Amino acid sequence: MEINIKTLEQVTVVELTGDIDSKSAPDAQAQILPLIQPNCKVVLDMSRLEYMSSAGLRMMLSMHRQATGNKGQLVLVGLSEEISDTMSATGFLNFFTIQDTVEAGLVALK
Amino acid sequence: MERIDIYPTHLYQGYKLRPGRPYPFGATLVPGGVNFSVFSRHASYCVLVLFERGKASPMVEIPFRGMFQKAETDEPVWGEFRIGNVFSMTVFDLDYEDIEYGFRMDGPYPKTERGQPGQHRFDPSKILMDPYAKAIGGREVWGQTPDWNGLYHHRARLVYDDFDWEGDRPLEIPMEDLIIYEMHVRSFTRHPSSGVKRPGTFAAMREKIPYLKELGVNCVELMPIYEFDEFENSHIHPDTGELLMNYWGYSTVGFFAPKAGYAATGKSKDGTQVADELKTLIKELHRHGIEIILDVVFNHTAEGNEYGPTISFRGIDNVTYYMLTPGEGYYYNFSGTGNTLNCNNPIVRSMVLDCLRYWAAEYHIDGFRFDLAAILGRDPSGAPLPNPPLLETLAFDPILGKCKLIAEAWDAGGLYQVGSFPAYGRWAEWNGKYRDDVRKFLKGDMGLAGGMAQRLEGSPDLYAWGSRGPTASINFITCHDGFTLYDLVAYNGKHNEANGENNNDGGNDNHSWNCGWEGLSTDPAVNELRCRQMKNAIAMLIVSQGVPMILSGDEMGQTQSGNNNAYCHDTELSWLNWTQLEANADLFRFFKNCIAFRNAHPVLRSKTHFRNQDYVGSGYADITWHGPQAWNADWSDTNRTLAFMLCGKHAKGGTVVDNTIYVTMNMHWETLPFDLPGLRDGMQWHVFVNTSAPSPEDSWQPGSEPLLEDQSRFLVGSRSVVILVGK
Repeated sequence: MEINIKTLEQVTVVELTGDIDSKSAPDAQAQILPLIQPNCKVVLDMSRLEYMSSAGLRMMLSMHRQATGNKGQLVLVGLSEEISDTMSATGFLNFFTIQDTVEAGLVALK
Repeated sequence: MERIDIYPTHLYQGYKLRPGRPYPFGATLVPGGVNFSVFSRHASYCVLVLFERGKASPMVEIPFRGMFQKAETDEPVWGEFRIGNVFSMTVFDLDYEDIEYGFRMDGPYPKTERGQPGQHRFDPSKILMDPYAKAIGGREVWGQTPDWNGLYHHRARLVYDDFDWEGDRPLEIPMEDLIIYEMHVRSFTRHPSSGVKRPGTFAAMREKIPYLKELGVNCVELMPIYEFDEFENSHIHPDTGELLMNYWGYSTVGFFAPKAGYAATGKSKDGTQVADELKTLIKELHRHGIEIILDVVFNHTAEGNEYGPTISFRGIDNVTYYMLTPGEGYYYNFSGTGNTLNCNNPIVRSMVLDCLRYWAAEYHIDGFRFDLAAILGRDPSGAPLPNPPLLETLAFDPILGKCKLIAEAWDAGGLYQVGSFPAYGRWAEWNGKYRDDVRKFLKGDMGLAGGMAQRLEGSPDLYAWGSRGPTASINFITCHDGFTLYDLVAYNGKHNEANGENNNDGGNDNHSWNCGWEGLSTDPAVNELRCRQMKNAIAMLIVSQGVPMILSGDEMGQTQSGNNNAYCHDTELSWLNWTQLEANADLFRFFKNCIAFRNAHPVLRSKTHFRNQDYVGSGYADITWHGPQAWNADWSDTNRTLAFMLCGKHAKGGTVVDNTIYVTMNMHWETLPFDLPGLRDGMQWHVFVNTSAPSPEDSWQPGSEPLLEDQSRFLVGSRSVVILVGK
């Protein structure tokens, strides 16, 4: 998988591309977790994510916990129906703030 | 501190290994790798077979004994990874998400051929599923035709068991307060009318929790959800062309794995997601105050008889896992399905215990209903034991200490233990006697007053002698076996032609009555009577002491077209048709009011049997029996009526004050006047239920019951139940 990190309007936008599974999740987590600093604002753009395994779901939950612990804000955007369904069925969706697009995510973090 | 044993000692074809830990059995994620551990007392040789997920051929086969290389020096070294009768090894650097595993085993010869009896059935050409597999692939998309030539059908997978329960724990609702809803996960939402996104799945069931809340039940009992093979014995019906399947799933492939085909996430081939989906359902049910009981099938497995497939147990240790005839080694068949699990063998007993502990601890399951549980009290030769170790072990187990344990207290070998199941103060029973007596009384059979009095009191004739109390009795009129409630009042006989056995399967002792016409009717009088009889049935059920169980769909008049054994139909015959909710709205409303009434009145939910005396000084005994004449029940052989009064001041053994409740049941075809017992302290009778009144006056929301005009007499309609509240 690929990770692309940029800053828009003082919000960290993390673009994920490809698959998050047990092979890629540890690296992804190592790159993303340090971004979740106290009072951070992070948008996770998942519109180019093709597949998320249970390891990916766990990585997401770790990020959520770190954000909550650091009083940061984390918004997921661009979930495909497939990934949204998987996250819903497995109970992970309810933890997160979800928006359709990066723009909507930025608005939500204002 | 890091452990000092997280390093390989051996190499095999590039895979890094070290001797494993024999306990726990199964595949366990350990630092750096996976520990595999499998029991076999009689295997002489064992090989771990690893697959990449979904691949037809293994990626490696690692023997538990043989020549390896030293990890540090590559020098050849002999190794054996076995302690006692347990083969165990740790394999490092495996991708837990992406592997499937199995075993090959060999053992004493001569080899037993398929179809022949034999003590041992070792066959190293077969890949065997781990009996402790926590997730199982191969049938992960329901109904998808398998590759019959596949090397390994039911494929053991790993589960990451770190689910976030958010503080959830089993609810521990007192047994006497339970109202059970028996249901099939797929049938509940598979019908197009269910309106859910992923029909037939755990996720879909979660979408329907608001419906369960509206109905008012506080416990769901799921028909089997352990991994089973819907294609077991599947075949085409010669006349209808329908694919007949193992739809209900009373035939276990793996006891530790949820049925992947019931998960919306099953298609991902990710065992952890399947587990997460089921756990999410359980967490949400608990959040809404609903317990979950699993119907578990420990009496036999999916491996069938001498002709059955080798999936796991028979290839691992046939003589340990199955009851066999001495000498020849035919499978005993107390289950009626080909084999019988040897559940009082100490190894098998431990497996059952490990399994239930796992489900209670890891899945927060609130209780278990044991299919054909009488088998669990048989010794390895099939003889009933006076003090069955398995049943005692489960009753006293600390982890299962608050779980409901419910027995189907009979088996297919003729052992019938309703009222005598070894209970150890814990076990409840499906009360078959309740079902039969209520059905007979409901259809107007004579002389049932005495039997009905016992059933309504929680069957003290069956349970008081063992100090078991009313909660030993799971009261039900219908369950998955037999007619639905609608069919009970619409068919005199079973109509099982669709099962492809010339209507020879299914029970014949249905005690049903069609109300004057066999099957669907356009006669308004017939349909009105059927609706009334269904209301009579649920009314009797909710005023009975003990634990009521409702069959899913009965609340909306679900029919199976007279089929009383619909185990094989993945069709509209089985699927709950949600359009009936509107069509039979008055029946649904009646069910809701009845359930709310039971929940509102502790006097209906006693933990102990009645004493038939006034022990609180209210002027009335806790229960009194009546007939058309107050204070004078008719116990004669020609009687079809019964009435009783529950004194509200005796609720919960006199510790709670409730209203007084009076129930009259007139199963005669004529309307009969019933004198009403007088109330004290200015209390007056109010009408909660009158099944002969047209909806919505057939029932009232608890608390809104209208005052009865004539406080001394009630004209009870033909085949009708009236429930009054004194307040």
